[in-house]
Amino acid sequence: MIRAALWLLGALLLGGIVHLGTVLMLPRAAAQDAYSRLAALTPVNKMVALAAPTAQDAIMPFMDPAFAVAVCRYDIANGPLKFAAPVSQAYTSVTFYTRKSIAYYAINDRAAGRRSIELDLMTAEQHADMPEEEDVTAADRLIIESPTKTGLIVLRALAPEPGLMAMAQRALAKAQCRVEAQ
Amino acid sequence: MRLFFASLLTFVLAAAIGLGATWLTLTRGVAFGALTIGAWTARPKNGSVDIDPYARAIIARSGELPTGTGDGVAFTATTDDSGEPLDGRCSFVVTGMTPVARYWTVTLYDPQGRLVANTIDRHGFTSAEIVRAIDGRFTINVAPRARPGNWLPTGGVERFVMVWRLYDTPIGVAMRTTREGPMPAVERKGCS
Repeated sequence: MIRAALWLLGALLLGGIVHLGTVLMLPRAAAQDAYSRLAALTPVNKMVALAAPTAQDAIMPFMDPAFAVAVCRYDIANGPLKFAAPVSQAYTSVTFYTRKSIAYYAINDRAAGRRSIELDLMTAEQHADMPEEEDVTAADRLIIESPTKTGLIVLRALAPEPGLMAMAQRALAKAQCRVEAQ
Repeated sequence: MRLFFASLLTFVLAAAIGLGATWLTLTRGVAFGALTIGAWTARPKNGSVDIDPYARAIIARSGELPTGTGDGVAFTATTDDSGEPLDGRCSFVVTGMTPVARYWTVTLYDPQGRLVANTIDRHGFTSAEIVRAIDGRFTINVAPRARPGNWLPTGGVERFVMVWRLYDTPIGVAMRTTREGPMPAVERKGCS
C-alpha cells in the first residue's frame, strides 16, 4: 500500500516536471507564432504593409480591424537599424517584439512628441560599442536596445472611421526601416 | 518484473498528468496578474517583458501579437455580467462609460480570434464613430438582427468574444480599484 502511494507520488512529481518543461519549451517549438507567420510574407529589414484582417482571412488572430498595420521584420546582427515613421492624424504607435512575440518596448505618437517617430534599434553590445561623443549627439534620438538579434517592429495607425483607412495606410507607406552599412 | 511494470505505469501516468495539465492551462488560460472589471479581463503584463511563461506559451501557440504596454490595454469579455457565455444567437446590450483613453476600439471575434462574419462587414466600433447620449454614455446593441443606433452584428455564431482596447491610457499594471476604470456593463436581452 505504502509502495503504491510512493509510486503515485513519484508520478505526480514527474508529471509536474513534464508540465513545466512543456510550457517552457512550447514558445521555442511553436511553428505558427507571429514571427513565423510573417517570415513567409515579409523580407528582412524592410517595412511592409499588412493586409487588413477580414472574417475569412487574417495574418494573425485578434488583429484590431480599425488599424492599418505595417511590419518590419528585423535582423540587426550586421549593425544597428534606423526606424522612422511619420505620425498619422489620429493615433500612431510602434511596438517592438522579440523573436518570441514578447513586446519589450512600445511608444505612441504623443510620447514621441514630434511629427515623426524616429528610433535607433541596436543590441546591447552595439550600444556599448558606440563612440562616446556620438552617444552625446544622439541624445535627442531615441535608442532602443533589442534583447534579441531578430524580431518585429509593428507600426499601427488608427483609422477612427472606416473612411479614414486610406489616410492611415498612406501615413504607414512613408515609414522606413533600414540597417546602415558598416 | 513487478518493478518494471510499476515504473512503466508511473511514467505513463506522469506523462498524462504533465501533458494534461499543460493542455488545460493553455486552453483555459491562467489568471496571473489579471485585472478584472465586471465581465472584462485584461492582462497588462502580457504587453511587457514581465509576461508569465503560461501567457508566453499561449501567445506562441495562437500566433497573436499582444498589445504593448506603452501602446494600450486590451480587455476581453467571454461572458456577460451574470457569467452567461456570449452566444451570437442572443442579444446583448453594452452600456456605460470607459476608463480614460485617447481612443478605444471594441471588436467581435470568434474564440479563435477570427473576425465574426456578417453581411454589413461591421466588426467593431472606435470611440470616434460611436453615437453617444448627451451625458457621454453610450449603448451598443450586440445582436444577430439589425438594431437602431450602435449595432454590432453577431452573425448568429455560437460563441463570440468581445475585445475592448484602450489606447494611450493610464490604465494598466498600476490600477487597483474598479472605481478608476468603469468598464461598460454587458447585459443579455433574450435569445432568438
